Amino acid sequence: MAQMPVRPTAPVPPVPAAHRRGRVARRRGREDLAGYVFLSPWLLGLLGITAIPMLISLYLSFTDYSPLIPVTESNWVGLENYRRMFTADPQYWHAVRVTVTFALVAVPLKLAAALGVAMLLNKAMRGISAFRGLFYLPSLLGGSVAVAIVWRSMFNADGAVNSFLSLFGIKGQAWVNDPTWALPTLMLLAIWQFGAPMVIFLAGLKQVPIELYEAASVDGASAWRKFAHITLPMLSPVIFFNLVLETIHGFQGFTSAFVLSNGTGGPVDSTLMYTLRLYNAGFVELNMGYASAMAWVFLLVVGAITVVLFSTGRFWVHYSDSEEK
Amino acid sequence: MRSKLRLLALVVIVAVVLYPLFWMIGTSFKSPTEITSNIGLIPTEFTPGNFTEGWHKFDVLFGRFFVNSAMVAILTVIGNTLSCLLAAYALGRLRFRGRGVWFAIMIGTLLLPGHVLIIPQYILFRTLGWVGGEFPYLPLLVPHFLATEAFFVFLMVQFMRGIPRELDEAAVIDGASPYGVFRHVVLPLSRPALVTTAIFSFIWTWNDFFRQLVYLSDLKDYTAPVALTLFIDSTSESSVGPMFAMSLLSLVPVFLFFVAFQRLLVEGINTSGLKG
Repeated sequence: MAQMPVRPTAPVPPVPAAHRRGRVARRRGREDLAGYVFLSPWLLGLLGITAIPMLISLYLSFTDYSPLIPVTESNWVGLENYRRMFTADPQYWHAVRVTVTFALVAVPLKLAAALGVAMLLNKAMRGISAFRGLFYLPSLLGGSVAVAIVWRSMFNADGAVNSFLSLFGIKGQAWVNDPTWALPTLMLLAIWQFGAPMVIFLAGLKQVPIELYEAASVDGASAWRKFAHITLPMLSPVIFFNLVLETIHGFQGFTSAFVLSNGTGGPVDSTLMYTLRLYNAGFVELNMGYASAMAWVFLLVVGAITVVLFSTGRFWVHYSDSEEK
Repeated sequence: MRSKLRLLALVVIVAVVLYPLFWMIGTSFKSPTEITSNIGLIPTEFTPGNFTEGWHKFDVLFGRFFVNSAMVAILTVIGNTLSCLLAAYALGRLRFRGRGVWFAIMIGTLLLPGHVLIIPQYILFRTLGWVGGEFPYLPLLVPHFLATEAFFVFLMVQFMRGIPRELDEAAVIDGASPYGVFRHVVLPLSRPALVTTAIFSFIWTWNDFFRQLVYLSDLKDYTAPVALTLFIDSTSESSVGPMFAMSLLSLVPVFLFFVAFQRLLVEGINTSGLKG
């Protein structure tokens, strides 16, 4: 995707070479200047808001910095923060477990729901765009505090979910207050927002040539075989795209975990997502050196997962010629 | 028969998916006694009491929180569209030394988790005296005026690459500078990408919570999402109705955007990563 600029090298005959070079050079110089003029706000942001703070946080991760004291008075503690994180903070490992569980369970289920509904919708039918819009609505609203508040009430002891279950004689519990069920409740809120990947799947399904299915039908292939041998391979680039996006997204869930547990990550740390632990370490316990170390490990892990996803993608993502970028 | 089954399945799924939203609307209009006794969708008696109660619940009128949210969102929209447009023009249309490297870095920041930067940024903004300062929204707004939301830069670069280069070249032959090309060719043709950026900036900022939670500490400065969490702290049964009413109100702007721009929202952004 990152193309190097195309430079005009082969001279065009009618213009004398020397003359042309001068003009090109002048134009090039002007574009160089203009390029950096237009890029300057972004460059300033890259340096001031992204790059330098990143380096500062790397430094802070080796200190005991707290906002209660000036940066200059914080002490260099070497690898102490990292040692504490990996060996002396059970809550840290707990947060890692919760986050990984969340991503491993919620992301595949969300994508499965998205693909399933997309396939139901992928038939010429009246009202399809209305359906698509309604399924998409939760993706637009779901990240908000307001929806998390509703979710919390719905899965309370006397919430809507239990009143529904009581119709079948099942006596539900306070799902959000139960250490076993709080995380699944959180996952369900993520899965509920399957509309965004669904829209992407739908766009991908439209690209699958109908002739492939017709040929398979002629050969007597079952619906399952068509799905496994046509739909899935043809859709693999889109599945891959969604998988990368949703995994990275899943690791960063904060709002819903914060609201469902009232900021604690409870009950018994069962919804303590990594970002929530990081927030508490930095802004509640005011241990910003330690939180910086957590942030850097988080960055490296998310980066590593992205690299792993991309390198395994080679083995199962099929790019047909028409779809290759 | 099969298509009937398919339609039935879709209707059932839609009903399940939308149930929480309808339940939220219904509960907002129930009286306190009905909230505990009637758990169904439709209140036996519609009462607007929750809305007035929620509006006056805190020392600051809830309307103030909405005004704060709207101000932050609108200023973010302005910052994002302006700064990302400039960066995208440079990265997507101009040929200058180092462009390839900057473009690669921009793509790299696309996947950078925001939580990694929150602590050093907080320290930076605090050192500058912006946290809890005269205008406490500076830490929320300034990054958006510096095109740090790489996603929108990427979106606009992709869009601008679709504008025929011949237009630039014709303008250059007519004597236009890179600034002239920007002003008279790229800017007018980029309107769809600007609209998409503006709408999504608004919705995402309106829904944003993490940063607003970190930077806003004074009740009168709270935005709607931060204020909503105050309801959770007060656990008494009587606050459920007002909490739902204010939550519902906070979703109205996003819902209106959804109604007005449904097609653009659903198609515009989700498939932009696949094209090009």
